[in-house]
Amino acid sequence: MTPKSAALPVPNAIQQKRKRFVVRSVSPAMVTALIGALALVCIGLYLFLGLDANAAYVLPRRANRVFTMVLVAFCVGVSTVLFQTVTSNRILTPSIMGFDSLFMLIQTVLIFVIGTVGRTQLGTYPLFMLELGLMVLFAAIMYRWLFTGSGLSLHLVLLIGIVFGTLFRGISSLLQRLLDPSEFMVLQDSMFASFTGVDLGLLRISVAIIAAATIPLIVMRRRFDVLSLGRDTAISLGINHTRTVTTVLIVCSIFVGVCTALVGPITFFGLIVANLAYALCRTFRHAWILPISVLLGIVALVGGQLILERVFAFDTALSIVIEFCGGLLFLFLLLRGSIK
Amino acid sequence: MIELSGLTKKYGETTVVDHVSAQIEPGGVVSIIGANGAGKSTALSMVARLVTMDDGSVFVDDHDVLNTPSDQLAKKLSILRQENTLTVRLTVRDLVGFGRFPHSKGRLRPEDTEHIDRALDYLNLTEFEDRYVDELSGGQRQRVFIAMVIAQDTDYVLLDEPLNNLDMKHSVEMMKLLRRMTHELGKTVILVIHDINFASCYSDRILAMKEGALVCQGTPEEIMQPDILRDIYDMDIRVEVINGHHVGMYYM
Repeated sequence: MTPKSAALPVPNAIQQKRKRFVVRSVSPAMVTALIGALALVCIGLYLFLGLDANAAYVLPRRANRVFTMVLVAFCVGVSTVLFQTVTSNRILTPSIMGFDSLFMLIQTVLIFVIGTVGRTQLGTYPLFMLELGLMVLFAAIMYRWLFTGSGLSLHLVLLIGIVFGTLFRGISSLLQRLLDPSEFMVLQDSMFASFTGVDLGLLRISVAIIAAATIPLIVMRRRFDVLSLGRDTAISLGINHTRTVTTVLIVCSIFVGVCTALVGPITFFGLIVANLAYALCRTFRHAWILPISVLLGIVALVGGQLILERVFAFDTALSIVIEFCGGLLFLFLLLRGSIK
Repeated sequence: MIELSGLTKKYGETTVVDHVSAQIEPGGVVSIIGANGAGKSTALSMVARLVTMDDGSVFVDDHDVLNTPSDQLAKKLSILRQENTLTVRLTVRDLVGFGRFPHSKGRLRPEDTEHIDRALDYLNLTEFEDRYVDELSGGQRQRVFIAMVIAQDTDYVLLDEPLNNLDMKHSVEMMKLLRRMTHELGKTVILVIHDINFASCYSDRILAMKEGALVCQGTPEEIMQPDILRDIYDMDIRVEVINGHHVGMYYM
């Protein structure tokens, strides 16, 4: 509980008025509309800016990239917000808890075990499904006990997540050193986040998987607000907490797996969009927070890529910029003591 | 009626709640007293399915807590824990509205709005309904959570140390309110409480726990006896009768 000091009544009243003014003046619907419009502008500019005679060649490629970024924004936005809801905090994200390091470890181990030959024989898509299946399995086993009533403090959970992440990355890099150079080349492609050059077939499968994984979320949508009240209150209000949290964690692991497979790991992106969404829409209702965080993700990815590609003509990966900003935000949130 | 039989909880080698059996009749205020670590809160949490039981069973009006779907139980029984910290920012009305979730499943109907209005009115919170919960004082915040429970409209209300962090004035108001709820709304209020005098003055029945076991139960005047209190707390407590209330003098 926050200790209430015996504050003077006058400044307190002014503060409240100011807070209320902000809330009343910008409704979540307006924020959604504004960011939605901004997202559309970004997409439009990205698709059509500087289009010349080569349109027939360039446009499908650009559309492909935009679609990938929208998909990633959806996965990261939804999975981060829901993860933070079921874990009752605003600083842990699936990435910080080591979800994407886990997926990369699975990729590395599979390459190590079956080799490039096995990979070719198995085919890219069955391999992808295998990787995702293993991801869901391990994430369900490892993370479920952390968040369904173990009652560990946030700091301890954060520490466990960082240890998990480091451990997974450590094992991955050890195995990568042991890999045959040609096998390593294949793997290396998937190790760095890049929004360009995504395989079209992989994209199609990803859409199907994400659509399927979204169904349980739609079924459960009315429970999310209650879950954000914390475990005990949610149970008292009739939520089957363990089952709901497990489902959300499984869906999160699928989303993170798909994202990591598509564009590689982006640790702090989810943290940025989720916290921006909380700050902007100032409501607890997931009906607003979820779309706003997805739209913010689209603006950040498409807009960021647009600026990097066209304005600065950089080939710098957008992920580096995102990681830099996200890392700063993470430090800021930690130092501000917003974790309880 | 809430029926506990052989209720047991172990953490490793330590038995926190040890074969507790009791029957709690509907109606009135029931206090659970006992020293720190006597297993009061754990027992209460098991009744409300917040903590899994290792052995025994709990029936709430013939519904087995272990098998009854959580959303059905939420229409019969509600619980408030000690620390009601929220990670999200909510207005008073929003939080009280959550009490309707077991009935409305998240979509408020006109009858739900009526329930919310009545709950706010019952706790004199109507003027605060647009304030944020984290801007309220401890006593007001406690009342908002009680209002949520009233909106939930359950026969049984379980409270884990509702007087924690409340000053004398607010504690008395809270206990009077709980009594009023049992009279006017026909609720059964079961609470874990540390102050034996609040338990004595405001409860219909008292259950006393020691080292995980239920050591005795009865009306306040049956429990408020020096020799029984010595058994429960391992200290000598003189009991005075003031205006018909039994008051333990444990300060000196």
